[in-house]
Amino acid sequence: MRQGMPGWRRLKGLIRKESFQIIRDPSSIAIAFVLPAVLLFIFGYGVSLDAKNVPLALVVEQPSPATASLTGDFQDSQWFEPKHFNDIHSAQEALRHREVMGILWLRSNFTRELFSGGPAPIGLFLNGVDGNTARIVAGYVQGVWGKWLVRYAQSQGRELTMPVDVQQRIWFNPEVRSTNFLVPGLIAVIMTLIGALLTSMVVAREWERGTMEALLVTPVRLREILLGKLIPYFVLGMGGQILSVAMAVWLFEVPLRGSLWVLMGVSALFLLAALGMGLLISTVAHNQFVAGQLAIFTTFLPAFILSGFIFDIGSMPGWVQAITHVIAARYFVQVLQSVFLAGDVWPVILVNSVALVIMTALFMGLVRLRSRKRLE
Amino acid sequence: MALLKDKTSRMTLIIPPLFQLLIFSYAASFDLNQVNYAVYNQDPGIASRELLGYFKGSPAFKLTATLDHLGQVAPAVNEQKVLMVLHIPQDFTRNMLEGRSGQLQVIIDGRNSNTAMVLLGYINTIVTSFSTQWSQDHGWGSPPAELKVRTWFNPNLESRWFIVPGIVGLLTLVVALVVTALSVAREREAGTFDQLLVTPLHPAEILIGKALPGIIIGLAEGSLIVFLTVNMFGVPMLGGLGALYLGMALFIISAVGLGLMISSIAVTQQQALLGAFLFLVPAVILSGFATPIANMPELVQNLTLLNPLRYFLVIVRSVFLEGAEMSLLLPLYWPMAVIGVVTMIIAGWLFRNRLY
Repeated sequence: MRQGMPGWRRLKGLIRKESFQIIRDPSSIAIAFVLPAVLLFIFGYGVSLDAKNVPLALVVEQPSPATASLTGDFQDSQWFEPKHFNDIHSAQEALRHREVMGILWLRSNFTRELFSGGPAPIGLFLNGVDGNTARIVAGYVQGVWGKWLVRYAQSQGRELTMPVDVQQRIWFNPEVRSTNFLVPGLIAVIMTLIGALLTSMVVAREWERGTMEALLVTPVRLREILLGKLIPYFVLGMGGQILSVAMAVWLFEVPLRGSLWVLMGVSALFLLAALGMGLLISTVAHNQFVAGQLAIFTTFLPAFILSGFIFDIGSMPGWVQAITHVIAARYFVQVLQSVFLAGDVWPVILVNSVALVIMTALFMGLVRLRSRKRLE
Repeated sequence: MALLKDKTSRMTLIIPPLFQLLIFSYAASFDLNQVNYAVYNQDPGIASRELLGYFKGSPAFKLTATLDHLGQVAPAVNEQKVLMVLHIPQDFTRNMLEGRSGQLQVIIDGRNSNTAMVLLGYINTIVTSFSTQWSQDHGWGSPPAELKVRTWFNPNLESRWFIVPGIVGLLTLVVALVVTALSVAREREAGTFDQLLVTPLHPAEILIGKALPGIIIGLAEGSLIVFLTVNMFGVPMLGGLGALYLGMALFIISAVGLGLMISSIAVTQQQALLGAFLFLVPAVILSGFATPIANMPELVQNLTLLNPLRYFLVIVRSVFLEGAEMSLLLPLYWPMAVIGVVTMIIAGWLFRNRLY
């Protein structure tokens, strides 16, 4: 039934043809290498959730050594860029005009209350439009204020004991650097796009030009055609992947604590799934144009929002979490974040790898089904 | 008009964006809900139980596991079964009853750094509540100073209120850009565009004629999304529609101008789409849609000044959440007007000088 030897020869011929096509048509190379580099650059430098140099209005109604030491701490902090205002109203105007993110208000009775033992009021007004940043800024303010409180008490010769002393340990990312967590996820998003674009547009182009039908009247089997397309683009995709990882580690200084082999292994699995998605799209689309659009809408955008790369899946509503299970990028993002930041966490790696294998098998199966249908 | 008659274009223009708006709006959030956590409590006393009770009562947290020895902590965090572990040593209550601080060790998975920061904030809030209560109950005396936080505009700090209005800008940009870019490219492919150029029509008139469908469709879709944002997602609309629509009109004009520019360079529809996409991706990422512009490096921040989406996003959010008036938004209106005019002029020039 299946003739092994001639089949292999046919496959090699197909691979050679595809490779020549790639070399002669730079668009595939551009997609595999230029696109990830450009995207990594833009995202890597443009996307950051860490607020720095936050403009903060300081309103001190009655200056005193105590208020000076508190505002001094804010001045020295790298998180803030304090701006002094004479009264609360001009500060509020500044907040309204978005010149500052928040207002720290030390009322006129601050120093008096401080020395008389009652809680001296410190008011913090925040612009809550960007809720996430507001929360982070509030956290920073509490941090600076908390430290000042302890120092101030010591300077008064008192030990300040709070009932609970929180010792925080942030594992895997002690500097809490958002780039460390965004860039690995970014690699997954980019690979999704590349994998899908490479195959979907290329195969759709062949259907469009009619060269696909021409291929099919030769003794070549459908299986070999698909493999012949997959293998060269797989190599290309892995090249793009290596480039992305290199950029992540050397340009963005993301630590790679797990083994490189594991990383590449899972990347290969994911690439297969992405290529499978692209092939599936190409069987549905009638031309390159639609193929490209479909690739973007069904792979890139969902990968961006629903893969856990930037928005935490655990906090999404239940039904959305269910949807994320069919997004292949989700599994890859989990592995990437762990392998880069935590090391080889085998349970995480294995579970997600199995999911990726299942998805790849699913896609390939669907591709075979649809390709057969298309021929009839 | 030809565009509207083309049913398939209509389908691809309206269905995917709405569909995506729906899912993304529910998914896109930085707020934490039901965070899985584990507790390793070695303390037999009441203080730890009281403190843990605060965590149990918070909707942000969900107790998934109670650990009973140290070796269980690492696997729980490594394998992402929990995002956080609270470890209370055995002398916690004893310390507190004797007037010393009780030690609470919090271990957080830092793989998602934003989640970690937000978690820390929640934890500090809870610990502060507990500490205040404990101090009162046990006569510890109040802390010398107290921080009172008040948030303007978004008291619950719902990040969805920040992101969903942004989607108005995002989808309007995509639609206006793609519609315009494709319309010219399609005519060019059909050859009818060159015919247009040799008619006595002034190039400005051709320009406006091509721009109009994009503007109308953009306004229509934008309005629909605004409607959904208020009625389906419950984002409050504090400001006036006038300020919003002035911003939207100027924004769409600049988007259409950019679309025309792209289409004047592209020869085929494929190229037009590619060009639109190439502009869209960085434009969206670097617009302050999900991540603040203020966090970007200086150089990048200056680049964003050329991006009309950046201004429109601020307008949308200000009108929705802050109730901003036109006078306040003036510094945001004029850059978009400038971009619109400049791109239109360039597009007109390119039309004439690139006859293919």
